[in-house]
Amino acid sequence: MMATRGPRARGTTYRQQINRAPSPWRVHSVPYLSIMLASALPVLLIADVMPLAPPLGFILLLAWRLVRPGLLPLWAGLPLGAFDDLLSGQPFGSAILLWSLAMIAIELIEARFPWRDFWHDWFTAAVLLVAYWLACLLLSGAPVTREMLEVAWPQALLSVLLYPILARMVARLDRFRLARARRID
Amino acid sequence: MAPPAKRLSGFSKKAQFSLFTGYLMAGAGALLGLVLLALSLWQPAAFAPLRGAARDVVAPAGEVSSATRGGAQGLIAGIAAYLDAGRQNARLRAEVELARVRLAEAEAIKAENRRLKGLLGLADDPVRPVATARLVGSSATSARRHAYLGAGSRQGVAPGMPVVSDRGLIGRVLETGLISARVLLLTDSESVVPVRRARDDVIAFAEGRGDGMLRIRLVNLGVNPLKPGDLMVTSGAGGYYRPGVAVAVVAQLTPDGAIARLVAEPAATTYVAVEPIHQPAAVAVLSGAPLSAADAPQTPPRPASSPASGAGSAPPSAEAAGE
Repeated sequence: MMATRGPRARGTTYRQQINRAPSPWRVHSVPYLSIMLASALPVLLIADVMPLAPPLGFILLLAWRLVRPGLLPLWAGLPLGAFDDLLSGQPFGSAILLWSLAMIAIELIEARFPWRDFWHDWFTAAVLLVAYWLACLLLSGAPVTREMLEVAWPQALLSVLLYPILARMVARLDRFRLARARRID
Repeated sequence: MAPPAKRLSGFSKKAQFSLFTGYLMAGAGALLGLVLLALSLWQPAAFAPLRGAARDVVAPAGEVSSATRGGAQGLIAGIAAYLDAGRQNARLRAEVELARVRLAEAEAIKAENRRLKGLLGLADDPVRPVATARLVGSSATSARRHAYLGAGSRQGVAPGMPVVSDRGLIGRVLETGLISARVLLLTDSESVVPVRRARDDVIAFAEGRGDGMLRIRLVNLGVNPLKPGDLMVTSGAGGYYRPGVAVAVVAQLTPDGAIARLVAEPAATTYVAVEPIHQPAAVAVLSGAPLSAADAPQTPPRPASSPASGAGSAPPSAEAAGE
């Protein structure tokens, strides 16, 4: 059996990893860069009728925090939220406040439930996303009308449904982050 | 997912301390956010330079996406047009016939207009746009309806200037960066534009509802004279917008006015023009800012008056101070 599997296993991936280590730049920058990119992406969409795009930056922050606990520091909501505020169109400070509160909330949830499965994580993310959506509407600086709520609720639904996909994407990004890219001589 | 080991501080003073510091910093971050939020709700322009710098960085990417968006829409429109070319041809031919007649009428009206204006001694300079640019993005995740423009203070764009497309009014510049600007769209629930019905002088305000429609609120209450299909244009009151730019078409009547649909949809436009403020002196008076020109007119046009075309032509040197 080893005779059939051996050469292929030796030949490609494993041999290429044998004297490699993860690149420190990648290890430390990928989570932050991906969240900032996700904050900037919805800006390129022209939404003249309703809030169209889900808060991608916030979903990615939740995904990194829940998929890889202990990676983002507890205060990560401050710098990342400030960047999101610059582009999102919300009054400056709203994402700093809400992202910091979300990080603290997840920390408390994690202290209560140290072992969680995917469904638990999704439920946590869904509750936080809906709360975030509502808080953003209230803090946007515009009067909240019934019409606005009617056109904005698909945004909340979309962000809840998008979480599993983005969590898988974060898992991929994490593999990329820890890929053995640096050669050790 | 297993909990990270370093969360469990145990009896280690160092671990306990770092956990405590984390909570402290996160709490301080939330508090800072709250203070900044209160500040920016109280003084919306406070963080404009910061936002402008960030927008300037993103704007070039927006130029690319905006170009591809225009191309994609053109492609789809081209295919759709090819599919019903025959029917369209017949319809267009009928339309051209009609348009020729209308054009001849318009020429006559234009000549008459010129003659009458000559009699009155009025001279209307053609409006020259300050800048022409693409809409490069928008606040797509937020409940506010702002668009980002690919031209800024380097091109001469200043806060308050109206933004128009070839179809009609898009909005008004809120704040500017070096090469980008933030535009308050008509659909934002903070946007109010003084309008009148195109064919007569029914005066109203068009307010954004936040869901893509505009609420038309009549100034003179009584019998509602509006009908579905009426075109509302800017009245020129307030001094920001020049009169006669198309704003909205009435879709549905309400007791105090109507619900109207936009004429110029920002998502369907590629290029927009930024026009100078129609009457900078009037805007300066109305917004309570000190006038920079001493010889500005003393009588600001009232919002409920008919189109303020004769109410004191502002000297072009008078600058509108920021809002």
